[in-house]
Amino acid sequence: MSLRLPAAIRNSPLLAIGGAILLGAALMLLTGHNPLAAYAAMLEGAFGGRQGANLAATLNRAVPIVGMGLATAVAFRAGLINLGGEGQLVLGGVSAAVVALFLPLPGPIVLLLAIVAGALAGGLYAWLAAWLDFRLGMPLLIASLLLNYPARALASYLVNHPLRDVASGMSQTARIPLQAALPKLGDSRLHAGLILVLGLILAAQWFIARTRFGYRLRMTGINPLFSCYGGIDTRALGYRVLFSSGAIAGTIGAVQILGVHGRFIDGSLIQPLYAWIGIMVALLARSRPWVVLVAGFLFAALQTGGFGMERATDVPREISQVLQALIILLVAAQAGLGLRRPGKAVEGS
Amino acid sequence: MEGLLSLFDTALLNSIPRFVAPILLAALGGALCQRVGVFNIALEGLMLTGAFAAVAGSFFTGSAGLGVLIAVLAGVLVASVLALFVVGFRGDEIVVGIAINLLAAGLTVFLLRALLGVKGAFQDPALQGLSRMNLPVVERLPVVGALLSGHSWIVYLAIVLTVAIHLFLSRHRVGLHIRGVGENPEAALTLGVPVMKVKTGVILVSGALCGLAGAQLSLGSVTLFVENMSAGRGWMAVVAVMLGQGHPLGVLAASVLFGFTDSLGFRLQGLRLPSQLTEAMPYLVTLLALFLIGMRRRRQESF
Repeated sequence: MSLRLPAAIRNSPLLAIGGAILLGAALMLLTGHNPLAAYAAMLEGAFGGRQGANLAATLNRAVPIVGMGLATAVAFRAGLINLGGEGQLVLGGVSAAVVALFLPLPGPIVLLLAIVAGALAGGLYAWLAAWLDFRLGMPLLIASLLLNYPARALASYLVNHPLRDVASGMSQTARIPLQAALPKLGDSRLHAGLILVLGLILAAQWFIARTRFGYRLRMTGINPLFSCYGGIDTRALGYRVLFSSGAIAGTIGAVQILGVHGRFIDGSLIQPLYAWIGIMVALLARSRPWVVLVAGFLFAALQTGGFGMERATDVPREISQVLQALIILLVAAQAGLGLRRPGKAVEGS
Repeated sequence: MEGLLSLFDTALLNSIPRFVAPILLAALGGALCQRVGVFNIALEGLMLTGAFAAVAGSFFTGSAGLGVLIAVLAGVLVASVLALFVVGFRGDEIVVGIAINLLAAGLTVFLLRALLGVKGAFQDPALQGLSRMNLPVVERLPVVGALLSGHSWIVYLAIVLTVAIHLFLSRHRVGLHIRGVGENPEAALTLGVPVMKVKTGVILVSGALCGLAGAQLSLGSVTLFVENMSAGRGWMAVVAVMLGQGHPLGVLAASVLFGFTDSLGFRLQGLRLPSQLTEAMPYLVTLLALFLIGMRRRRQESF
């Protein structure tokens, strides 16, 4: 490629985002839509609305997307590809719902235990994927991905049969008690899950950048063989990292149930593709926690913007997902082209 | 026991190849890619693209055959994006694969609404599906007839292609080049094999195979398109490539296993088992297969 742009621009994610917006506009023109009107409606849908209603919706959507981005990023940093976020998220959600529904304790304690149950369920499920890899040599990417399907099926079975709120006529559990729900932030439409996710980002940033464990994690991600040679038990580290990754995903599942839906609804954590968008967010942010925050907010804005766009124009909202995928493709190309510089021509196996 | 055997009726036997074919075709594409050292995890997205393009193509042209052709072309088109970003731009194949899968999922739903004007699913009396071929003589045979006769031509093509790709890889000069590129790209390059071209070509062929796989899903087994129709079958194909170690006949065996559980799950739905269990069954069997292989490998290593 004879692109003679300065490196700072050439490698900037903003270039990838701009490119994706242009490609998206081309797609809209090809299908007979007006891209300018669509993008304007998208901005309004993401940030506008009466009394910032749309911005609040974007922030609420950013909670699971940033959270799942962080869950993926923590594993990526150690070189572990966890594609099982969806299963971990769903099991976290359903576990939290069970605790919130059936534990006869005071509200705040139930709330706390429900979140812990969600984190444990997600963490243990990710630990299982790690076990399949480290113990049986099943590639983590495949093991974690395949485990999504039984988790989805189990959760779906539970809310359709034993836990089903038959009176509602829907595939969902009964409402959790109000005292066990995550509190709203003041009079706003936001809920305490936002604070929790910000806390998780800060904690992860500190942990990865400042602790000995975080140092080992980063080293293992950069070069596992060297780290092993240097005395790091990469396997033990892998188990802990994946448990943490799954625990974050499980926490997010719990947060969605306790803060947004107030019950476990079949498919409500799968259909919005939180886990997959989280993977893209982690990729865009190159797994740096505080960048996950920014990238997650951006992708959440694309999603809520898509809803607004669909209401205002007749452009299908799936264009948001297309834009997100295009951004990741272009970011991958930037990273790949960066490798071509002399001395860095060797591909990572 | 009798109850269990009664499951294996004509309907089940007949459905097995229908479920095997899409997984097999996609897995053959994945196996070819593995042979040139490309880990293609975009099979799911490529298959989904094919399923949509087949239905759209058949609807607008009024011909199922042209629908299949368009599905193959669409598969090649999306695969060319994969090739451009992985071979041309040296993007990480896993990152690009994930992006292509999500791109295909978004794009098919977008186009479903933009081109066909519906949400969720598209079904139309005017939509031409692939006709079922009854094999002379074979169809009269017990068991074998139910198993092998009465499928779309894509199913038979899948079997032919398995053998053809096997022979191609083991006998043909280009097939040897392909294996050389995967096993030692530097050596292949030194010998004058155009490594980039071979990789690109193989990725495009995998796109065509996945296009066929998708067409079998949406025009062969049924005649309709549903959002996210591939529903993880592309991922099962990825596992089949792994289990078959990239060898066409090994891939065939793995695909038959997964396709069989797929069809068995479908059959069991009629027996008042929870649908969640029957839907998860192919994945549970896949996990079990990987688990057993892992255990065996561990035992062998401990000697």
